[in-house]
Amino acid sequence: MRDKRISLEEAVSGLRSGMTIGIGGWGSRRKPLAFVRAILRSDVTDLTVVTYGGADLGLLCSAGKVRKAYYGFVSLDSAPFYDPWFAAARTGGEIVAREMDEGMVKCGLQAAAARLPFLPIRAGLGSDVVNFWDGELRTVQSPYPDAEGRTETLIAMPALNLDAAFVHLDLGDKHGNAAYTGVDPYMDDLFCLAAERRYLSVDRVVETEELVKAVPQQAIILNRMMVDGVVEAPGGAHFTFSGSYGRDERFQRHYVAAAATPESWAEFKARYLDVSEAEYQSAVRTFAEERTQL
Amino acid sequence: MSTSTVTRAEVCAVACAEIFRGAGEIMASPMSPTPTVGARLARLTFEPDLLISDGEALFLAETPALGGKAPVEGWIPFGRVFDVVASGRRHVVMGANQIDRHGNQNLSAFGPLQRPKRQMFGVRGAPGNTINHPTSYFVPRHTTRVFTDRVDIVSGIGYDKVDSTNPAFRFHHLHRVVTNLGVFDFGGPDHTLRALSLHPGVTAEDVAANTSFEVADLATAETTRWPTEEELRLIRTVLDPKGLREKEVSA
Repeated sequence: MRDKRISLEEAVSGLRSGMTIGIGGWGSRRKPLAFVRAILRSDVTDLTVVTYGGADLGLLCSAGKVRKAYYGFVSLDSAPFYDPWFAAARTGGEIVAREMDEGMVKCGLQAAAARLPFLPIRAGLGSDVVNFWDGELRTVQSPYPDAEGRTETLIAMPALNLDAAFVHLDLGDKHGNAAYTGVDPYMDDLFCLAAERRYLSVDRVVETEELVKAVPQQAIILNRMMVDGVVEAPGGAHFTFSGSYGRDERFQRHYVAAAATPESWAEFKARYLDVSEAEYQSAVRTFAEERTQL
Repeated sequence: MSTSTVTRAEVCAVACAEIFRGAGEIMASPMSPTPTVGARLARLTFEPDLLISDGEALFLAETPALGGKAPVEGWIPFGRVFDVVASGRRHVVMGANQIDRHGNQNLSAFGPLQRPKRQMFGVRGAPGNTINHPTSYFVPRHTTRVFTDRVDIVSGIGYDKVDSTNPAFRFHHLHRVVTNLGVFDFGGPDHTLRALSLHPGVTAEDVAANTSFEVADLATAETTRWPTEEELRLIRTVLDPKGLREKEVSA
């Protein structure tokens, strides 16, 4: 079986400007932020991003790498809740928003996973979601009338086909079998099924035997057919949480505060983003130690 | 337990519990502290079959305090919540940055769609919630800015968005709006906001002055009922001993 272990840089080198990428996790939960940091270090830009958004989308917006975003929401999940960089990109009119109901994101990924052009869904009807999509979102009429002879017209959610997907799980093997260890798989399996190239980071790469012993079978949400590259990235979801560590609330607040002025952001960027992943993790440990001493 | 010191937040918590009266065996999804106290209060008193979650991924077998732990009876990760939404077996109580007289709600952003003046969450689950199952709103600070003539972005759909020729809209139902001033529904003319009751101490003038549009039946609205002694005991000692409700609700 193929050994799919690669580096963050190798994974990101497969990206081209203008691509559509899906980012797994949910809000500020198990986001593949090591991959996002690697994208920030690359010169890839003009991205279309599909996400249940959190600081992943915020960080990409901070570097002006997003042209268009498909999302159900953008939230940091704890105060101050609204991501500052996503907000700045939106109020500055820098990105095209294809905002939609949360359930429509899942529906669009399911359509892509099943190689269907669309799936019908009720969510979206009557709301401004339709106006967010500038004609890209159509309806479909049922060929089956109800008992009274009336037919339902529903949203025809288009497939959210992805050029690449990035997800972070807690535990995996070098072939791409992988599991979550928290309470929720989120939509990471669907992101992988909807994408051409699938990149997985895990906190720990273990032998297959150890993986299947460590978790219930139902937690192994990715199999080899769903993954092209495996990156071992301890702390790869930081500052969102993974199964084995909580959200770093202090650091997330620090991220938000740093976005307030160009000077504070330049400082944050120099210390945490214009550095390798190993240097990031080291700087984050130093940050935690400094704050503990205060 | 004395009812002489009942707070506005406690009246609101009971009004939020009343949202779920008759709901039966469905998922109650309150989105902020006071409606959460309300849903749990309903479950501990008149709606024992409600399903409640920890807000993350677990269904709770028992009814804990806000932020507290309880034995679990099932699993409800986000992906499965969308299945429940589509099934209709749910009643959500959302917040709102804006609500208009027909029940259109906004929690997305202020200003133009593609270049807002202020960014909030985006539409979240509001479009799917409002078209699939009963939806209520909780507004802890009733002002003309919230109760506006026209919402900037329709996240949750109001009655004037319902296409009566399309049966896809047949599950739309906005049940209640509970605010720090009173209890409302959309039973006014042409499904407009109607006052059902005003909280003790609140006048019709208070509501009119804090609502941009005319509220139906404002002059004839009753007074919201007081909590019973048992309800007060449950709110104060079991469900919200830290008093988080008092931080949310302004009198």
